[in-house]
Amino acid sequence: MSETKKALATFQVNGEPHEVAFAPHKTLLEVLREEMNLTGTKHGCELGECGTCTVQVDGVPILSCLSLAVDAVGKDVRTVEGLAQGSELTPLQHCMADLGAAQCGYCTPGVLMAADALLKHNPKPSRDDIKEALAGNLCRCTGYLKIFEAVELAAARMRGEKAEPSKESIHGS
Amino acid sequence: MVLDQPVGRVDEGKPAAPWRHDAKKEDLKHIGKPIRKVDARGKVAGLTKFADDLTMPRMLHMKLLRSTVAHAEIVSIDTSKAAALPGVKGILTGKDLPIPFGILPVSQDEHALCPDKVRFVGDPVVAIAATEEETAWEACRLVDVQYRELQTIGGVHEAAETNEPRLHDYGVRGNIHRLENLEFGDLQDGFARAEHVREDTFFFEGNTHLPMEQHATLAHFDKDGKLTVWSSTQTPHYLHRALARTLHPLPAHHIRVVAIQNGGGFGGKSDPFNHEVAAAKMAMLTGRPVKIALTREEVFWCHRGRHPVLMRSKVGVTKGGRITALDFQSYLDGGAYGSYGTASTFYTGALQTVTYAVENYHFRGARFFTCKAPCGPKRGHGTPQPRFALEVQLDKIACDLGLDPARIRLDNLAPRDSLTANFLRIGSMGLGACIEKVVAGSGWAERRGKREVTKDGRIRGLGLACSSYLSGAGLPIYWNGLPHSGVQLKLDRSGLVTAFCGSTDIGQGSDSILGWIIGEVLGIDPLGIKVVTSDTDLTPVDLGSYSSRVTVMTGNAAMQAAERARDILAKGVAEKLGVPAGRLVFADERVFDAEDPKKGMTFQDAIICSEARFGTIGTVGSYTPPPTAAKFRGGGVGPSPSYSYSAAVVEVEVDPETGIYRVPHVWMAHDIGRALNAAVAMGQIEGSVYMGLGEAMMEEMAYRDRSHKGKRVFLHKIPSMLEYKSPSALEMPKVTTYVIEDPDRNGPFGAKEVGQGPLLPMMPAVANAIFDAVGVRVDEIPCSFEKVFAALQAKKEGKEGRFGPSSGVDGVPVVDFGDSLKIKTPWQGGDGTAWNEPKREKKAAK
Repeated sequence: MSETKKALATFQVNGEPHEVAFAPHKTLLEVLREEMNLTGTKHGCELGECGTCTVQVDGVPILSCLSLAVDAVGKDVRTVEGLAQGSELTPLQHCMADLGAAQCGYCTPGVLMAADALLKHNPKPSRDDIKEALAGNLCRCTGYLKIFEAVELAAARMRGEKAEPSKESIHGS
Repeated sequence: MVLDQPVGRVDEGKPAAPWRHDAKKEDLKHIGKPIRKVDARGKVAGLTKFADDLTMPRMLHMKLLRSTVAHAEIVSIDTSKAAALPGVKGILTGKDLPIPFGILPVSQDEHALCPDKVRFVGDPVVAIAATEEETAWEACRLVDVQYRELQTIGGVHEAAETNEPRLHDYGVRGNIHRLENLEFGDLQDGFARAEHVREDTFFFEGNTHLPMEQHATLAHFDKDGKLTVWSSTQTPHYLHRALARTLHPLPAHHIRVVAIQNGGGFGGKSDPFNHEVAAAKMAMLTGRPVKIALTREEVFWCHRGRHPVLMRSKVGVTKGGRITALDFQSYLDGGAYGSYGTASTFYTGALQTVTYAVENYHFRGARFFTCKAPCGPKRGHGTPQPRFALEVQLDKIACDLGLDPARIRLDNLAPRDSLTANFLRIGSMGLGACIEKVVAGSGWAERRGKREVTKDGRIRGLGLACSSYLSGAGLPIYWNGLPHSGVQLKLDRSGLVTAFCGSTDIGQGSDSILGWIIGEVLGIDPLGIKVVTSDTDLTPVDLGSYSSRVTVMTGNAAMQAAERARDILAKGVAEKLGVPAGRLVFADERVFDAEDPKKGMTFQDAIICSEARFGTIGTVGSYTPPPTAAKFRGGGVGPSPSYSYSAAVVEVEVDPETGIYRVPHVWMAHDIGRALNAAVAMGQIEGSVYMGLGEAMMEEMAYRDRSHKGKRVFLHKIPSMLEYKSPSALEMPKVTTYVIEDPDRNGPFGAKEVGQGPLLPMMPAVANAIFDAVGVRVDEIPCSFEKVFAALQAKKEGKEGRFGPSSGVDGVPVVDFGDSLKIKTPWQGGDGTAWNEPKREKKAAK
């Protein structure tokens, strides 16, 4: 409520310090969106069911709607806004864009954060590894296939391979 | 019946838009290529703003207090405690918004806030705006609403039997909202000529869109004294009209609706909603920006999803499997309001004839009001339910007659360039090619009926189903003679082309098609074109993102605007270069002489020299669908510029003990006319396979219907994303996709729809595959594991191996449909009118 005493803390988000006054019962999702205006992180249920609010805390993908903001103080928080280096998108972002893996784009930030974390510790994930890593991110538009293909393509390119999407995935069989 | 004239606009010498459907694939620079969508960068960078991402200074948060009872009169509302809560800035009840609204002119039966009666748990009663979101919730809890509860109505049987109390004081009678009864041709003769007749009963449970984004709206009554509403809506034009109606006397041109990027629609954001109207009114009341963002539970209450439909289908065929007559009945559980329900009812009967030739056809449809969240249009709108019934029934007939289910379909195909029994005009028709592709790809001939056993003891089966869908509704939602879509182009001396269009991108890529088409016509980079869409102050009207209409309709409007711009530039360049305009080529950002390509200029210079010659350059394009051939009452639902076709083979692996099954592989072929963008079309097909699979296997909008302390509790069983099961990444099968291109002359570059059609065959294909594997029929969707188990158990006990609604007289409600409208088919010499229809007076558009 409005009388709640606010806490003051400094968060490390996307490599930058953010000093924020916030009600201590607020979730990390709420503080990111409402206090820092980092609206790239979405919400689809606020019950930990859909995965759209996925961010990375110390490199691990978590559901920011189920995490208290206070628990993220002193940790390294990364959101979708922190993926691109300057104006240059990451290979994963490029592949997602090129393959049409973002349709409405609402689940995309969460998917990117989960897949980015996967690629950090597994540079050559199998299709099953990708499915497992993204099992908590619901998408209603794509049927997931273009997302899987984008992650595979990005992984190959990040390994330095000159990979292109298969003809079947673009034009059909 | 094959027409003398191929399908097209026959009323004019020159088409309203140049379709270019006959362009050769190799001559197209941008069309068909996998170009990145215009909004892709913003989406992967987290820069795309959705409605709930918007904030404004002094913004208030609004919440709705919703009914906790399923059917009741409102006795009193006491908001005094809420009003006294610090931070509360505005309270609205039904008396503040007395004018009803609704998407269809024939069912203006909703209020933003219920004035006197609530009709389902979740119906909004009070709106409260406060400085903090939590304060608004707290204030809602302080409101005291007294209800006098009324008898609840839970389903179609109950609604048919309950004349009083009525949920609404309009409709046919009692709680029957709509009754339709259309007879095409001679049913008696059709069944008399049949050598085999089957009657089956099917049920398709309701399900919901479940967009990832919850609906949100921001409204602001701004410095000019005008209202702006940013909303996650698929239909800004219809919302604009609903606001102008409910906020009377505020003039329509003082209202601006911006359809902000939709985080998924699927039909769920295409009604004007109570929260949108209430937020607008609250902004006017408080003089401050007002935002409402629905919770996930509230999205379930908004619903407007798939109608639960009970169906009885009787079909007559020859020994060879040719359909001679079809008698189809559908009973729709509409929920508490009209919504699109009138159209939904007709759609359960409209497209049966577009896939397979049906010589004689009788359709009866009834829609009922019940105390549940209102149903409306979900991807496929009213057609997946009958498609499920018909495709399973055809499978049964093939089985009865010992025919190949693929063969019986190929033998019954509706002919291209023809009129159907119910006067729908078919143009291009690639279903035969679709069937052949999935049959060959899946190894249908060798693998069907073999009941291979997997390593873990499951039995494999293959199921086939087909479908068709419209490329946009041929008629607008409210009667008018205006274009369905408009595009304006501004050509700037910087070289920039800006396209303005009222269409709304819901993720399907409608913003991007403007660039692809205009870029192709003008020979410039599609991603260099600026696209401004879905803003009623800035963009010409487009009716909205529904009925798979945008690619065909805005596409044609964009093509016309681009052709006109090309004509202006060609004239300017021709004069400058001294070359005939007809010899100029627009390609690679240049305009040049076809005979001497070096002779030319950049696209930017072409604009500059033309602007110098003719003044500021701008063009418009618009599109109106071809006139419909169906002139009988109800003939307005079903006509479309073109129809898409799909065929699917689904492979299942079923545990014969438990009924648990998985779907490892789907083969889907879709006749898209022409793919404007290969990758984006693939995404639509794969997304349809996914959503269809969810409907087939698990998704259902189920209600608790039980008594508690002597009162009937009528609550949604599963208003959360965890309990409402939908397929995750783990359940998604391998999909082999075939893009069939049979260009249609009514589509831009021959394009037809792709966003909805490929969903349709999934549900019947799954059910047919289960039969192929374990020999039981589940005549109900979802075809969930426990239903397969129940059918297996029944079979083991020597009963019919089937799970589904009763096939007896009690299986469907008893309804007097009255006399049918009788329409002679084209081959009987019919002219599209009903010979026994009383004269109708045409209602003017309101």
